[in-house]
Amino acid sequence: MLKLDILYFAWVREAIGRDGDTIDHPGANATISDVIEQLSARGDGYATAFADPTRVRAALDQAFVPLDARIENAMELALFPPVTGG
Amino acid sequence: MIEIRVGAEDFDAAQWLARLEALGGGAVASFTGIVRGGGGLKSLQLDHYPAMTQAQIERIVAEANARWPLLGIVVIHRIGLLLPADRIVFVGTASSHRAAALESCAFLIDWLKTSAPFWKKESFEDGQESWVEARHEDDVALERWR
Repeated sequence: MLKLDILYFAWVREAIGRDGDTIDHPGANATISDVIEQLSARGDGYATAFADPTRVRAALDQAFVPLDARIENAMELALFPPVTGG
Repeated sequence: MIEIRVGAEDFDAAQWLARLEALGGGAVASFTGIVRGGGGLKSLQLDHYPAMTQAQIERIVAEANARWPLLGIVVIHRIGLLLPADRIVFVGTASSHRAAALESCAFLIDWLKTSAPFWKKESFEDGQESWVEARHEDDVALERWR
């Protein structure tokens, strides 16, 4: 079974209390929103982190994508708040 | 000359400016970002997405290089724990034309603020901690380059 590595940053990571998770690959047609919904269902910190998905941004294989993007054959999904560097 | 540095260590802006000046272009522009004190701020923690940061900055630098005739680009971004008055970020550009140097420097810092995977967390003297919220003004600043 293919796996999908998920990484969390900033307050997403703090709410969940973990740097990341590895899940069974949800398939090429699944969207990032689908994965977020699946993670939220775990409750606790996950539900807190993803309570308002409009505050969450994502990258697939290290490239920014919108939450309605399909996972396709990506191996790494990162979930984080809007960036605040510079 | 293209130099991209992401790391915890401090940098010497004067040394980088000297390297850009030595390229012989006649125009060097730079921006140095400093941790703003006040408001009871004790420290700033800079978090980033290591696997993505370097690649994303390389993309932004390549874009600047394609849009302006540049001889040199330096982008330095610090991570980890920073104190008020510490340097956070440096962007320097060299060109034969002052408009190219100035505009590309502004372009690079605007892009870094909105498109590189860094996150700032503030710690205050009273023990409070909070993640810095993204600013709408930064998105607006980026719009002028589209």
